[in-house]
Amino acid sequence: MRGAFAQTLVQLAEEDERVLLLTGDLGYMVLEPFAQRFPDRFFNVGVAEQNMVGLASGLAEAGFIPFLYSIAPFAVLRPYEFIRNGPVMHGFQVRIAGVGGGFEYGHNGLTHFGLEDVGVLRILPGMTVVAPADHAQARNALRSTWNMPGPVYYRLGKDDSVTVGGLDGRFELGRVQTLREGRDLLMLAMGSIAIEAVEAARRLTEQGVDCGVAVVAGIAPAPTADLAAILARVPLAITVEEHFVNGGLGSLVSEVVAGHQLSCRVIRKGVEDLPRGISGSQAYLRRANGLSADALCETALRALEKRRP
Amino acid sequence: MITSRDIRLIVLEQSRRAHVGHIGSALSVADLVSALYGRVLHVPEVDAPSRDRFILSKGHAVLAVYAALFLKGWLTEKQLNTYCADGTLLGVHPEHELRGIDFATGSLGHGLSLGAGVALAARMQQSPRRVFVLLSDAECNEGSVWEAVMFAAHHGLSNLIAIVDLNGQQALGYTEQVLNLTPLRDRWRVFGWDVVDVDGHDVDGIVSTIEGLDTRQGPPHVLIAKTVFGKGVSYMERQIKWHYWPMSDDEYQQAVREVGGKP
Repeated sequence: MRGAFAQTLVQLAEEDERVLLLTGDLGYMVLEPFAQRFPDRFFNVGVAEQNMVGLASGLAEAGFIPFLYSIAPFAVLRPYEFIRNGPVMHGFQVRIAGVGGGFEYGHNGLTHFGLEDVGVLRILPGMTVVAPADHAQARNALRSTWNMPGPVYYRLGKDDSVTVGGLDGRFELGRVQTLREGRDLLMLAMGSIAIEAVEAARRLTEQGVDCGVAVVAGIAPAPTADLAAILARVPLAITVEEHFVNGGLGSLVSEVVAGHQLSCRVIRKGVEDLPRGISGSQAYLRRANGLSADALCETALRALEKRRP
Repeated sequence: MITSRDIRLIVLEQSRRAHVGHIGSALSVADLVSALYGRVLHVPEVDAPSRDRFILSKGHAVLAVYAALFLKGWLTEKQLNTYCADGTLLGVHPEHELRGIDFATGSLGHGLSLGAGVALAARMQQSPRRVFVLLSDAECNEGSVWEAVMFAAHHGLSNLIAIVDLNGQQALGYTEQVLNLTPLRDRWRVFGWDVVDVDGHDVDGIVSTIEGLDTRQGPPHVLIAKTVFGKGVSYMERQIKWHYWPMSDDEYQQAVREVGGKP
């Protein structure tokens, strides 16, 4: 995803000289093509994320479109108030790319996990939040949002090879990308964890469960109409995200269900507790938090079992 | 025509009318604001892209800036009289929605990085516009100030002029007791800035100092402006309580007399 993002950004910079790239001293083997092609529009600002957001605000006031790059928690949490009082409050065209949503930096420990970035950003009015599921969708998401008004957050994964089957890179802000409809239940996924949801849906279907699956990559503005429509058609929805269960996709879906008085039951699968002192591979951490395809199948079957008379 | 006296009188009048504090801070910067808006800032039109930018990083002193905007004719008397009223654009901290305010501020430690971005943008656009950022001395407690200080020096942002309102006070005490800043000028200097001392109440001195700066090449500049908190009102000067305290009628009348007005 980050590779696709960086390549697309070079293309955008070729097309529009307002595009700049700032990094908080991260992006080794990712940002070099931009830095080499546009040395005057690339700034490694050092390990100083607050200043990076402040700089970007000042640059945007003059008409530039600065992209900021760092690992998700450093890009979002450290300078959060600068994001609020700068790009959000002034409506500046600042773009923040947070790499490593979820457990992608799994061996690096909690400081590097991105588990609350979507939650804390989607509550800011005017902030666009995009969390692509794979590199093809990341490419299209960037293409379709880079020049929109106001600030944008891109939650990116590191992987540039895996694609989510059936998604075909589709992206439209304010819409849900449905991969498959199902009458028994619907899995809604945000980010690269979508491949686990797709695999779980495939296995459930094999077992005779009519399981739908959809990707929610445009988190804010919320795809409320699409969500309300598809949630009205199923008795059960399982949200799947590599994010704390509070604040992210699960919360968004619950808000829509409550706001539209839908009868659909929502099970929120995500990270329940602070993963204190636990690190490891992304696959391990997904399993440990009940987010593997196996665990999602089990959750679905248990929930469906309860529904039977 | 902008004079420090008129700014001070408006600060007092509006603070009395609205019955609010932050008077001492606004009086502290009155001469700096008078110099900037009266004689320094190049602003052919209030929203001209080529204009010099001004960022009041110590947003709580904005009443002095509202006064200057009014004296410039960019703000009507009617607007000025909404200071701190319900639904006003003229709050205790500046909003960029108000014509003449480039950036909303109020959270200390934000303004210098904004200014560094504005200065970098001006250089990339080959514009001669300059950026002035007025900080409080206690604001230098914020680590983010020093992030911006390092960036501006590294990139030689000579079109960036920071002004530190060195009044030695902060909300709850004197800076030397709360978190000592000395030697403040040395700290900026070793970070690579051109440091200039000025008397923050000498308008001619402030103007001539700024006119003497090379804003086309070399390091960024900082004016360490020695000021007196509450300047011009004897009972407010160097008194901690006038950070937040509002005036009574008697206090107001004495204050107006002391700054040369008619109560």
